[in-house]
Amino acid sequence: MSEPVSALNGASFGGYCDVTEIGLRGMVTLRGDLSAAAFKKVIEAETGLTVPGQRKIVHGKVVSLAWMSPDELLLLVSYRDAAATAARLADSLNHQHAMAVDVSDARASFRIEGSACREVLAKLAPVDLYPEAFGHGDIRRTRLAQVAGAIWMPDEASFEVVCFRSVARYVFDLLSEAARHGGQVGYPVET
Amino acid sequence: MLLITCPNCGVAAEETELHAGGEAHITRFGPEASENDFEDYLFRRENPRGVHFERWRHANGCGKWFHAARCTATLEVFGTYSAQTTEPPREILETIRAKRPAWTWRDLK
Amino acid sequence: MSTRLATGGRLIDRNKPLGFSFNGKRMTGYAGDTLASALLANGQMLVGRSFKYHRPRGIVARGAEEPNALANFGESAAFEPNQRMTTTPLTEGAVIASQNHWPSLEFDIGAINARMARFLPAGFYYKTFNWPRGFWKHIYEPFIRRSAGLGKAPKERDEDRYEHLYAFCDVLVIGGGIAGLVAAKAAGDSGQRVILIEQTGSWGGRAAVDGGQIDGIEVMQWIKETLQELEKNKNITIRPNTMGAGIYDHGYTLAYEQTHDLNAPRHRLWRIRAAKIITATGAIERPLSFANNDLPGVMLASAVRDYLADCGVSAGDRTVIVTNNDDAYRTAVALKEGGLEVPAILDARPDPLGQLVEKARDLGIRVEAGRGVASVTGKGRVQGVDVCLHAGEGAVLETIPCEAVAMSGGWSPVVHLWSHCRGKLIWDEEQAHFRPDPSRPPINHDGQGFVITAGSASGALQTNDVLADAHRAASGAGTPPVSDAISEGPIMPVWVMPQGAGIEKRAKMFLDYQNDVKVSDVQLAAQEGYESVEHAKRYTTLGMATDQGKLSNINGLAVLSDALHQPIPDTGTTTFRPPYTPISMASIAGDARGELFQPLRRTPLHDWHEDNGAHWEPVGQWRRPYAFVRTGESVDQAVAREVTATRTSLGLLDASTLGKIIVKGPDAGKFLDMMYTNMMSNLAVGKCRYGLMCSENGFLIDDGVVARMSEDTWLCHTTTGGADHIHGHMEEWLQTEWWDWKVYTANVTEQWAQIGIVGPNARKVLEKIGGIDVSAETLPFMTWAEGKLGGIPVRAFRISFSGELSYEIAVAANQGRALWDMLHAAGDEHGATSYGTEALHIMRAEKGFIMIGDETDGTVIPQDLGLDWAISKKKDDYLGKRAQARSHMTDRNRWKLVGLETLDGSVLPDGAYAVADGENANGQRKTQGRVTSTYQSPTLGRGIAMGLVSNGPDRMGDVLNFPDTDGKPHEARIVSPVFYDPDGEKQNV
Repeated sequence: MSEPVSALNGASFGGYCDVTEIGLRGMVTLRGDLSAAAFKKVIEAETGLTVPGQRKIVHGKVVSLAWMSPDELLLLVSYRDAAATAARLADSLNHQHAMAVDVSDARASFRIEGSACREVLAKLAPVDLYPEAFGHGDIRRTRLAQVAGAIWMPDEASFEVVCFRSVARYVFDLLSEAARHGGQVGYPVET
Repeated sequence: MLLITCPNCGVAAEETELHAGGEAHITRFGPEASENDFEDYLFRRENPRGVHFERWRHANGCGKWFHAARCTATLEVFGTYSAQTTEPPREILETIRAKRPAWTWRDLK
Repeated sequence: MSTRLATGGRLIDRNKPLGFSFNGKRMTGYAGDTLASALLANGQMLVGRSFKYHRPRGIVARGAEEPNALANFGESAAFEPNQRMTTTPLTEGAVIASQNHWPSLEFDIGAINARMARFLPAGFYYKTFNWPRGFWKHIYEPFIRRSAGLGKAPKERDEDRYEHLYAFCDVLVIGGGIAGLVAAKAAGDSGQRVILIEQTGSWGGRAAVDGGQIDGIEVMQWIKETLQELEKNKNITIRPNTMGAGIYDHGYTLAYEQTHDLNAPRHRLWRIRAAKIITATGAIERPLSFANNDLPGVMLASAVRDYLADCGVSAGDRTVIVTNNDDAYRTAVALKEGGLEVPAILDARPDPLGQLVEKARDLGIRVEAGRGVASVTGKGRVQGVDVCLHAGEGAVLETIPCEAVAMSGGWSPVVHLWSHCRGKLIWDEEQAHFRPDPSRPPINHDGQGFVITAGSASGALQTNDVLADAHRAASGAGTPPVSDAISEGPIMPVWVMPQGAGIEKRAKMFLDYQNDVKVSDVQLAAQEGYESVEHAKRYTTLGMATDQGKLSNINGLAVLSDALHQPIPDTGTTTFRPPYTPISMASIAGDARGELFQPLRRTPLHDWHEDNGAHWEPVGQWRRPYAFVRTGESVDQAVAREVTATRTSLGLLDASTLGKIIVKGPDAGKFLDMMYTNMMSNLAVGKCRYGLMCSENGFLIDDGVVARMSEDTWLCHTTTGGADHIHGHMEEWLQTEWWDWKVYTANVTEQWAQIGIVGPNARKVLEKIGGIDVSAETLPFMTWAEGKLGGIPVRAFRISFSGELSYEIAVAANQGRALWDMLHAAGDEHGATSYGTEALHIMRAEKGFIMIGDETDGTVIPQDLGLDWAISKKKDDYLGKRAQARSHMTDRNRWKLVGLETLDGSVLPDGAYAVADGENANGQRKTQGRVTSTYQSPTLGRGIAMGLVSNGPDRMGDVLNFPDTDGKPHEARIVSPVFYDPDGEKQNV
């Protein structure tokens, strides 16, 4: 048995914000009728979290649950638990039309930390990141320069970014370039 | 650059997040179709200067398809609505009637 | 000669001298200078040569409207041509070189064109170079190309960095003059989110130069205090050095920031989405059309005033003012008060009466009413003006010696940004300019106007009107600020000076300085029938230079209207297009250069490939190893070695890029039966089946192996490039056609690293690692199983794209490298050989397997490829079925797949066509087929090829000729496309 290795093995970059590859992280894609009581019941029993509303992400002590589309959620768990969680959910959802798939290895995750973190993302994504438009509890699937990604703020001074594993290096380089010293803009306002 | 609100996730998305999918409300004709019906289905499209109904996908976003009613001349968007329907909803037709009394599209007016 | 005065210059810092060079000559300026003001301060009035006639040209303007003063700026990696001297700040050590002359700025051979001017009229190129026809390619075009273009192209890679920034606001205010400041403040006070941008580094616009009071305080103080209030408001973002470059649909705006900071990205392109845009872009002064109005030393009156007030620079000791309006008198007053001489004000109006006129007279300045300039005199620069009656034909009344001429033909609102997105204009008879028509604004997504003009950009030219208009534009609360500005007398439109000027004079009146378009050229265009303003523009090139006619447009179309005997509004304007002034290409690219030019997709095994001699091949955005080249080996040799090793022992392939899509649900089987031409619903759990996907047009779009995972779940493999596309295709049908079907899909392509273990020893190596039973009995051909291999969870698919005994092992991506290393270690005894895409392609071609993109090109149906066996006859329907029944699709003469074997064993040229007898309607040789895949087969030791040939399968043994591009014939015989192991004995062991 060998140890799994994330796409960039925890690479980091220090600029006016810090960029770090989060490393191994468990992710389970869930598809189903988000409004159905039966579906919600299974998800809530497994995660201890309420199914989030449109473009929202909710956080528990260990797991987080994000709204991805009207019939899709993303469950964030520890990497070790991902396969078992997916299997358990698939089993619990067996009697209804739903899907639970482990996608942990398909993704790369990054953290961007610093009081100016909003503008680092504003350089890459066509999204209004002004505090009144986006903050802790929101999630946005969008475009990071030329690739798809999802962003949210685990707290008021950092972002987490998820993209596909194959473009991990591209996204890391993009974020690093955007966060390079000297490039600070002052828009949107610092947090 | 267009700004269109995705009815599936509520985002007012700029064009770079979207993928245009051509004309909306096309009825599929399958193996038993006549040559004429099949030709209409595959190749005949409206090309209005004015109100048009289109399909779009929020490709760099929630990934879902939706419909939009849009003016091809002024680019005004009259509304967006679910992809899971065979005709535009009444509210959108009312909006268009109020703004463009003389409009027609296929047999709609 | 122009010079720096001992005092004055509100923007320069005399304690910070900056050294620079112009054409190699050392000069000194001050911090706060532009290149233009620094050159004028050093007496450098001649700064370039004109494009067509190579006439000597000087600085005309103070800002973005400058047509003449373009420079090659900087050196080596920081070199940039066509930099506008009037908007480029002076920096220490700046290296400036003038453009468009040879051998030197002072002595230029091309100036001979000026003497040939009468042979180079409007439309010269169209008329002259059309004949004789053969001359174009070898004589005219090379000559024109050599003389075309202004600056030099940079030779080195630009080392600066550039970036984009997405910004959103309720109100975007473009322009930081007093109108912009008032509008931004009003909008900010109402609680809206505001962005205020200004193209220069200083605030207040013209008001800062012209002085006076606003709300009872000195204007400079008012500007300072207003800015401070704006800065205090958290909702307002303020950016100087940021130009509103273009306004696009639905409130999208590009703003171009030049940071002037060596540590920052050099340019930043702001991509702003604004609910409302206020364009407070001011107005531009128009030149007057009189003979020799392009001599260095003839400047806009406002520019003369600006250089004096901003930089303490005088254009000359003696400046003659020529005007048709009151504003130019401010220049006269400023010069006089600055201790300089104003020998005369030549005012075309017969009876100028305004308060400014009185002020000038009170200062003792000679005001000559009803006068104009017959001609400016001087060689290479202004030495005097010949004065005439404006109403006459130009008889010279006297000659006034002077060094500079300050001209003013009135002011035109900067309507560019208003017009970019279809805002309409109206002609203002009283002020003699086009201004925005507020009733016909650009329309946004809600059908509402989203651009509002403020201040002079609306056509409000008096300070109090500017303030009130800006306050109104931002829907400000309370009353607008008030100034103490005095009122001005009316303007008198002047389009040609003097009115009755003959052709000799009109041929020396320049409208468009940069493109050398004269009054006579526009009149000629009208005479020759170019009546539409858009046609006249292209015929004469008026307004087509890099300044986009900021100075020339209105004068030009007034001359055109006059020539056509129609009112100016009937002529209309040409189309205003972004950007307002040129922006750098690098800013448009932003971060997308070098490594970030485009996303490069890497498999989990990428680093291993990199370390092991991978010769890369781009496949979409993926990089796949084409071959692994060892020291001393050519790429072709590496490919041959990889094929042979795989066929004879063991090859390993990184197949991670293959698309993998899960399809699950009660209706998944029904759905896949529609997606694929063959039946997938009856595939047994644990089994695999090769499937074809077609578009509704019937054309083959993708292929791959489908595995049934469980009762309600299938895993669909797609081609490398097809994963996203096919996933989108499936979702499109599910969301827009069969939305009531219970099916979910998930694209899990990147969840898995996939490794092909191929060759006679494939099973041995897997058995050696151990964990999953891969025996022929437990895991026969076209089945799959789940288990562990060396302790790592895997899925093993017994499928083959090479014709050999073959397994594809899927493993979680994060453990892909570990398994790969394990396979290499275990396979070492069998000489385990990694192979690339070319070996993969050769082996599949030896087996006659088709490749999407080689054998298909979007016009090929599965029936063309002999794949009828993969098309279900039992199904009522699948995507493409109806189309495949159309008459053209069932034509027996369609080009169909065959194998091709050269008679001499050589390799057919890729893409070559098989010729047929006769010619088609275009006189081209008829064709009857083409090569779709062609390789040297290491296994067979000869060239093999696949191709599509008309009715090919029924013509086995026929010999066709495939001429190469050089006409050399290649003869090949039609054979079966399966060259190797036709009975499949090797893969099924």
